[in-house]
Amino acid sequence: MISITLNRTIRGACWLAACIPILFTSSALAQDKPYFVTYSHDLEEPGNLEIETKTALARPGGGNRYGATAMEMEYGTRAWWTTELYLDGQATAQDSTVFTGFRIENRVRPLMRDHAVNPVFYVEYENTSGADKTILEVVGHDGQSDLAGPNGELSREHQHEAELKLILSSNVKDWNISENFISEKDLGHDPWEFGYAVGATRPLRSAASGRTCAFCAERFIAGAEAYGGLGSTFALTMRDTSHYLAPLIGWQLPKGVRLSFSPGFGLTGTSLARVYRVGLAFEFDQVGGWFHNPQGHSGSQGGVE
Amino acid sequence: MMRRSLAVLCIVLSATFAVAAASSSRWLHVPAKDHAHSNPLAGNNEAIAAGALVYREHCLQCHKANAMGDGHKRPALRSERISTASDGDVEWFLRQGDLGHGMPSWSSLPEAQRWQIVAYLRSIQ
Repeated sequence: MISITLNRTIRGACWLAACIPILFTSSALAQDKPYFVTYSHDLEEPGNLEIETKTALARPGGGNRYGATAMEMEYGTRAWWTTELYLDGQATAQDSTVFTGFRIENRVRPLMRDHAVNPVFYVEYENTSGADKTILEVVGHDGQSDLAGPNGELSREHQHEAELKLILSSNVKDWNISENFISEKDLGHDPWEFGYAVGATRPLRSAASGRTCAFCAERFIAGAEAYGGLGSTFALTMRDTSHYLAPLIGWQLPKGVRLSFSPGFGLTGTSLARVYRVGLAFEFDQVGGWFHNPQGHSGSQGGVE
Repeated sequence: MMRRSLAVLCIVLSATFAVAAASSSRWLHVPAKDHAHSNPLAGNNEAIAAGALVYREHCLQCHKANAMGDGHKRPALRSERISTASDGDVEWFLRQGDLGHGMPSWSSLPEAQRWQIVAYLRSIQ
């Protein structure tokens, strides 16, 4: 009976998280890749706010099924600088539903032009509990055993972490190919931990059709990503690290909603066997302009004059 | 050790922000091979219609439905600059953007859609 109730709780939490962006729907179009872990060099358009929920559903060995959601609010501060706030939570069957913390991140493109390989610097501060199960990155020797404990016990562990990523990304013949090198440091006593994420995506059709449609091939982006841990400064080895391979599909719905889905498959014994991810994103146009007097602008933007 | 790492991190970040803020790029220096590109979809009515939809989805929020911008930060696309530029210039500028001045890079759009936008912009000059 308790199990049924908590299963409903998980489903309810997932649906609530998925529906929050729709509550604020206006009309805009997000155009990000359907990556869940990998970052490309696409930044948020300046002045736009994207709200996205990324939900991970999994069952660690020796633990209960869970659904963990990260709600991401991404703002285009400049065309070369995007800042984000994540709010994380999770619900575990036969356990509880908990808020697990927040993350603040910034992504900066140091080069103002598009190159064959485009670097982006990523800096993040995490203030989360050990009960965070969103798996937005895998570093060090992260494994499924970290996700299997009861929420009460995991929540007692607090993580204040800094995370640095070097994002390298290329757009070649309508393909996006991205590589991320991740390093994470607990601001207390733990060693630097390392990880990676690589991915490739492509729209199913390059040219747009001249009509508004929901199921046109150009509205779908498919691809795959792989990610995993690379050990730490204490044990710089691949032994006991987790690695995943995850096909991706993204669907750009009308009215600016973007759905993405990814079944991920663990490749090592320490990985989760499977992790299913669902994302729902919505982008708000020119939120920055809501707070400005349109006559009060100065400087220039766009550069085509 | 920890303080030194944080200091180095702050310096690197500050330098990055300074370089990013100071840099600027305009489309005055379009490479010759890009300048010479002609639009494979030029004059194609289907491409113009599709370009109008892509424009509505990605460009309208800044450059407005009439492509006249807002008269301040967001410039008009019905302009002498656009009408005298080659198709290759416009496609190059879409691909590069002008990050220092607020124009995103649209290299993430498939190439065919960038040419569709160019076809549409040509049709409204």
